[in-house]
Amino acid sequence: MQLERKRAGINLNFLLQFDGVILSEAVFQAKLFAAALVVLALLAAAISLPAHAQESPYIVTYDHYLEEPGSLEVEYFSTFGTQRGGNDFHAFWTEFEYGATAWWTTEFYIDGQTTFGDSTLFTGFRWENRFRLLQREHLINPVLYLEYEQISGADKILKEVEGHDGESDYAVPNALARQEHNHELEFKLLLSSTRNGWNIALNPLAAKNLSGGNPWEFGYALGASRPLALKASANRCNFCPENFIAGVEMYGGLGTRYNFGLPNTSHYLAPVVAWNLPSDWTLRLSPGFGLNDNSHRFLLRWGLSREFSGLGEAISSLFGGRKR
Amino acid sequence: MKSQTSTTPISSNAARYLLPFSFATLAVLFVFSFPSDAQTNGVRQNDADYSELNRAPRKAIQRQNPLEKDPDAVLAGAKLFGQHCAECHGSAADGGHKGPSLRAPEVQLASPGTLFWLLTNGVVRRGMPVWSKLPEPQRWQIVTYLKSLSPPATPQPAQASQVQPAQIR
Repeated sequence: MQLERKRAGINLNFLLQFDGVILSEAVFQAKLFAAALVVLALLAAAISLPAHAQESPYIVTYDHYLEEPGSLEVEYFSTFGTQRGGNDFHAFWTEFEYGATAWWTTEFYIDGQTTFGDSTLFTGFRWENRFRLLQREHLINPVLYLEYEQISGADKILKEVEGHDGESDYAVPNALARQEHNHELEFKLLLSSTRNGWNIALNPLAAKNLSGGNPWEFGYALGASRPLALKASANRCNFCPENFIAGVEMYGGLGTRYNFGLPNTSHYLAPVVAWNLPSDWTLRLSPGFGLNDNSHRFLLRWGLSREFSGLGEAISSLFGGRKR
Repeated sequence: MKSQTSTTPISSNAARYLLPFSFATLAVLFVFSFPSDAQTNGVRQNDADYSELNRAPRKAIQRQNPLEKDPDAVLAGAKLFGQHCAECHGSAADGGHKGPSLRAPEVQLASPGTLFWLLTNGVVRRGMPVWSKLPEPQRWQIVTYLKSLSPPATPQPAQASQVQPAQIR
């Protein structure tokens, strides 16, 4: 690798030359970090056992169920979005979700996107934590959600919609959008109830961008879902109706602290379906439809995930923990 | 999120925050990856493990299992047990790394309603997650399977039950 450090305009980025491709030092480090995480995930997969998941179909909404303690779920998601006044895009993210305890799940995201006719970018990372507030099941179960994001303005995964987010924000060319830099704290109260096979979830959110003097922004997500069958069949099967969970979710922005409400916000309605395979994989699919002129007309999301149990024990034994 | 633009370059800050966050996360995971004192000798066995059964409310204790006489319930319950419970409680339900034996008299003598209540609510502070995400009939199928198990004849690892989850998976 030939290293060549230069000043890069007003951003003062260092540049590296790697096989003829010029990369900023930070982007190079981020890619290295992402590669290390992928290797870590593969190692985790190698030393852990697959665990059968009963995953919800939601992609934006959260129910109150946390990751089982000691289990790692590795998830990949994509969002294809249409864009008026710009190029369509394909945004993608990878999640590493770990059940630290039965009341605490922590999750790390890596985001990226490709804007057709423009470029492909690493757009940042997120660290999310969910805390179960009540020990037992109740009619409504609250979970506290705390997230720190460090993402660029080019991030397009639309994992949440907040404030006055709208389609026009996503029409900015990547080279310009990536210069916007967001350190954001996000709080959600996950309210969820499961009765007669139906899960109903409501997630109000408040977010504060710590960069600049941005006001608090608000948003919501709500969802409802149900397995296609409530009783399990006696035999192992891929296409049994109990392996499929279908539902719908709706999400959107609610303005800011100074301008709270629905004007100039965007909203989406999205049917969702999850297929929990006996081979421990879960597939999700969700076509989403914008509900007003500020929204993307169409979003197609899909995801693939696999849960691995026993990661905590495996790490523990690597560092000299008790053999079990 | 995108209402205002700051021109801080992402590159320099990304490098500054990525590593501390990753180390912090790994440190936390490391701390929580160690087993608690309640788990010894590979199989968790402690009277306190069963104390939660005594907390079931009367109404829950008295609930009848609607699938008690369902001919498929034991097989379906065994399959579900293998998928969701065996990791902690052992494939033969005789105790595992994290969970106690479910063949113990405390469990076998408990009413179906008590087991259903415990399955629904979990024992969150002791590491057992809530399982209300499984629909009610599936939870009753698991209870039916558990009640079909026989208690261990000796303190040694128990004989396999007539229906083994591993055979079904």
